[in-house]
Amino acid sequence: MDWLDQQQQNFESLQNFGPRLWDGFLLTVQLTLVGAALAFVIAVILGLMGGSPKWWLRTPARIIIEFFRGTSLLVQLFWVYYVLPLFGLTLESAFTVGVIALGLNYGAYGAEAVRASLTSVASGQWEATVALSMSWQHKIRRVIFPQAWALMIPSLANLLVHLMKGSAIVYIVGLNDFNFELDQLRRVTDAWFAYAFVGLIGYFTFALVLTQIMRLLEVRARHRLGQGLSMREILSPAPKLPTGIQPGGAS
Amino acid sequence: MIPVAPFTADPVPEPTGNIWNWDFAIEIFPEILRAFLEVTLLVTVVGTVIAALLGLVIAIMIRVLPRPLAFVLRWAANFIRMTPLVVQLLVLYYGFTWMDPLTIGFIVFGVHYATYMSEVYRAGIDSVPKGQWEATKALSMSAGRTWRRVVIPQALRSTIPSLGNYAISMFKDTPFLFVISVAEMVRVAQTIGAQTFRYTEAITIAGLIFLAASYPTALLINRLEKRLAYAN
Repeated sequence: MDWLDQQQQNFESLQNFGPRLWDGFLLTVQLTLVGAALAFVIAVILGLMGGSPKWWLRTPARIIIEFFRGTSLLVQLFWVYYVLPLFGLTLESAFTVGVIALGLNYGAYGAEAVRASLTSVASGQWEATVALSMSWQHKIRRVIFPQAWALMIPSLANLLVHLMKGSAIVYIVGLNDFNFELDQLRRVTDAWFAYAFVGLIGYFTFALVLTQIMRLLEVRARHRLGQGLSMREILSPAPKLPTGIQPGGAS
Repeated sequence: MIPVAPFTADPVPEPTGNIWNWDFAIEIFPEILRAFLEVTLLVTVVGTVIAALLGLVIAIMIRVLPRPLAFVLRWAANFIRMTPLVVQLLVLYYGFTWMDPLTIGFIVFGVHYATYMSEVYRAGIDSVPKGQWEATKALSMSAGRTWRRVVIPQALRSTIPSLGNYAISMFKDTPFLFVISVAEMVRVAQTIGAQTFRYTEAITIAGLIFLAASYPTALLINRLEKRLAYAN
């Protein structure tokens, strides 16, 4: 019965900590989403530069990508936190520090995914844009990127989960995120209850939601290219059969 | 011995005039390099060995166990893979207070990356042609012999580059040991910064050591990957 009493106390503490934990969780969600938005912008810019045939675009992109991929996330976090202020760039909030570090680190990884998917777009597509004498912006926006986008989503989904997991370290520069609040809960309950039961399950649920959203985005991107079912057809309670198979048709 | 600082980063010091001091950088370099060799590399090597072996075990288990058990194991692996390493380190750190933090590092890095590596092995096992399995049946080989002598040797060859890439990721994740007070390279660098109020040199050196170790290794693995693709 001792153990049961302990668990009951733990759940009471969890109830008392509920609002704080929820605020912390929302901060982790914000950190992940804003960090991912910055990472995506950096990934697209660096990816386009890295895939460019012009050496003066490609070389700096490669150096930046390898630099941020090669040095560790925590090093970059400390660099933004301790060293950038010396250059006169004082970041007021720990949130900004975290977003910049996450954005740069995972943006560099994402740039590789963007570059790889741009090169996987069929060469006939690139040639066709030249034959139609499309401007660079026009061809990237209307022809190349929509196709590359469908190809890059699976890698970006992986990176998004990595970024979410990486965001758990940002509390050390003074951010009251989910992990920080778990530490507070741990002090009144125990490590297994706070970290393993509440923490890991909370992060896991968030990761599952993120991967499902990315999966839907992939479905949408593929449907827009004329591949696969539309999002509405997949989400509807009576799913349609894939195109080409007509129910009751001649066999 | 490096004193154990609190688990959160110290506040940012007031900016001073000179940003980079070469004499200071040269002075602290050996200490940071020692932490790299003694802790960071050690955790990476031990973690990789555990992950490579355990990953293979998980991959084979998922294939040979009965359906419900395999399902549970697959989701357990997913659970470990999709939750933060930092939180996993903290669970064991506060949950098993009798355990040495470095040992906790070996276990958490080993198990976390084993779940990644098991996916690599799974793909490798799936790529073994069906005819090979049928041939072992025809020769009435035992299950153990089939795995040991036929499937695993063929499955492993194509997995080596991916395993290497995960070893590099693990290497770059070792600074997370900061949160359980292991004196790995970044923590040593941060402690030097906190004691001297000069962070730039220490943290930059730590970053450059990471880059100097991981970039050439990544290039090597890349070449190996191309060689293997060519050989196949």
